[in-house]
Amino acid sequence: MIQWTAEQLDAFVQLLHDEAYEVLGPVIRDGAVTYGAMQALPVGYGDEQAAGHYRLTQRGDQTRFGYNLGPSTWKQFLFPPSETLFSVRDDLIHPVENQPGKRAFIGVRACEMAAIEVQDRVFLQGEYTERRYEQRRQQVFIVAVNCSQAAATCFCTANDDGPAVRGSADMVLTEVNPQQPWYLVEAISETAKKLVAKIGGAPANDEQHHQAQAAVNEAAEQISRQLPRKGLRDALFDALEHPQWDDVASRCLSCGNCTQVCPTCFCSTTQEQTDLVSMEVRHQRLWDSCFTEMHSYTTGGAIHHKTRSRYRQWLTHKLAAWEDQFDVSGCTGCGRCISWCPVGIDLTEEVEILRKSP
Amino acid sequence: MNDALIPELCNVNGRLEDTPDVFTLDLVPPPGYRGFAPGQFNMLYVPGAGEAAISISGDPEDSYRLVHTIRAVGDVTSQLRTRDGHSQVGVRGPFGKPWPIDAARGGDLIIVAGGIGMAPMRPVLYAALADRASYDNIYLLYGARTPRDILFQEQLMEWHRQGAITAIITVDAARPSWKGDVGAVTGFIGRIPVNPRNTVAMICGPEIMMRYAASELLVKGIPMDRIHVSMERNMKCATAFCGHCQLGPYFVCRDGPVFRYSDVAAMMEVKQF
Repeated sequence: MIQWTAEQLDAFVQLLHDEAYEVLGPVIRDGAVTYGAMQALPVGYGDEQAAGHYRLTQRGDQTRFGYNLGPSTWKQFLFPPSETLFSVRDDLIHPVENQPGKRAFIGVRACEMAAIEVQDRVFLQGEYTERRYEQRRQQVFIVAVNCSQAAATCFCTANDDGPAVRGSADMVLTEVNPQQPWYLVEAISETAKKLVAKIGGAPANDEQHHQAQAAVNEAAEQISRQLPRKGLRDALFDALEHPQWDDVASRCLSCGNCTQVCPTCFCSTTQEQTDLVSMEVRHQRLWDSCFTEMHSYTTGGAIHHKTRSRYRQWLTHKLAAWEDQFDVSGCTGCGRCISWCPVGIDLTEEVEILRKSP
Repeated sequence: MNDALIPELCNVNGRLEDTPDVFTLDLVPPPGYRGFAPGQFNMLYVPGAGEAAISISGDPEDSYRLVHTIRAVGDVTSQLRTRDGHSQVGVRGPFGKPWPIDAARGGDLIIVAGGIGMAPMRPVLYAALADRASYDNIYLLYGARTPRDILFQEQLMEWHRQGAITAIITVDAARPSWKGDVGAVTGFIGRIPVNPRNTVAMICGPEIMMRYAASELLVKGIPMDRIHVSMERNMKCATAFCGHCQLGPYFVCRDGPVFRYSDVAAMMEVKQF
């Protein structure tokens, strides 16, 4: 492994631009760290999070990755919130050909890498392959980052998904020493090795490895929320009539924020959009949420017509059914659903109560 | 191109009005359509209206037509009702797990259908009657709302008269001129001689009717894993990508719609699950 200065990291971001990557990463927007097309990494931003609470902060240091997680997830780039699957013109169906260029994701955290791999299972490893997702996924170069700090809402350690990156990133960075940061750089893929070589950098010594490890350990120690996974699937399926569902339903607004910020939620619906001049019909796919009434629509009415059953569907799917369906939990412990819930519902607290007999 | 989300436009052979709100749409199968098994469904698409999951009601051996019997209840099904020989319908499919007709060979087959639930049962009858000697008794218990809501009435009665099946058709309500049975279909299970060791049962109808029918069959001694039900959930993509049709650990579009009753009975007891 080698080590970079902050200037070398910034030069690497520029190199990705020069190499014709569409560079996607942290962008300060609407008072939050969001993900989008970026020129250079923002410097010195942090965040303060709690149930129903997020504030962007100025750290007063030189960190590039001193923030934790904002409301954006990488899924918006692999599985867009809205896309046309095909159009109908002149009584013919025209599939939309999706030819993505190469893209770089900068700053993918451990829980996010795990979430991308969860969606890989959903879209690539079932009976059918979602080829739009597959084409985009193949074009992504992932620059992951080991967390050196944790938000109060984080619990990646509960499922061993972080704070150190465990997935199949192209390269992994660790940011050390916030006042004058330097980066431990691990190039994994062949593409990463070639690109990193263009920047250069001194080999990291034992002391530097030790410091980087200490930074990640510190992040792990900051994590206080728990979501014990052992026996969780059976416990939730055994608790389908637990009175806590009524309790949470009395607080939940059924707004669907949790599903929109979740990096693994994959529900989608379709809509027809007809151009009244050309009469072209576009068949579009949009993100959907299990908190909407139409989600469970049948001719006999919605199956989940009350908030109680919608929250139960969401939580039991995420933490229980997911294991049956994809052999992995649907939660990687990012905590976004806690921060972005307008009434501050914390799934780790709900689960703790649901695991106890009423 | 291998993309299960893109329909193929098909021509319409014809459309038949079955009952006041049910019609049968007969389509020319799209090129390369690989046939279907009884109990499977297609996604039918009307440009500008959208898609609906529709079970196939025709003969699985007939590769010239793809027949769907549809109740007009929503936007898409109402639009499908306007299709005729001059228009096209988009088709994706077939999808889903079929009825286990092979498991019923060598024994009795009991079919219990309610309302539009008769539609996915007709392919079972076509398949079983094409191989009639492989089955012992074939019972059909079918309940409709009123006599004029009975689907495939002449065909079913013809099979009954021929002795190919024993059909009991009942309605919820009727004028005095109706000479047949009246009452919930589940109440007629007691009328048929059940051989619990060697029977496969298939039930399709409203969830509550399926639960009552299953409990009657259980009382008769048919094991839970030889009773099959077809579950209805909101199947939108049919490929387990969209998440709408979940039932506990299952995607109904992929793992169903036909399930062993033993696999879903406990979940069917949980309200709004």
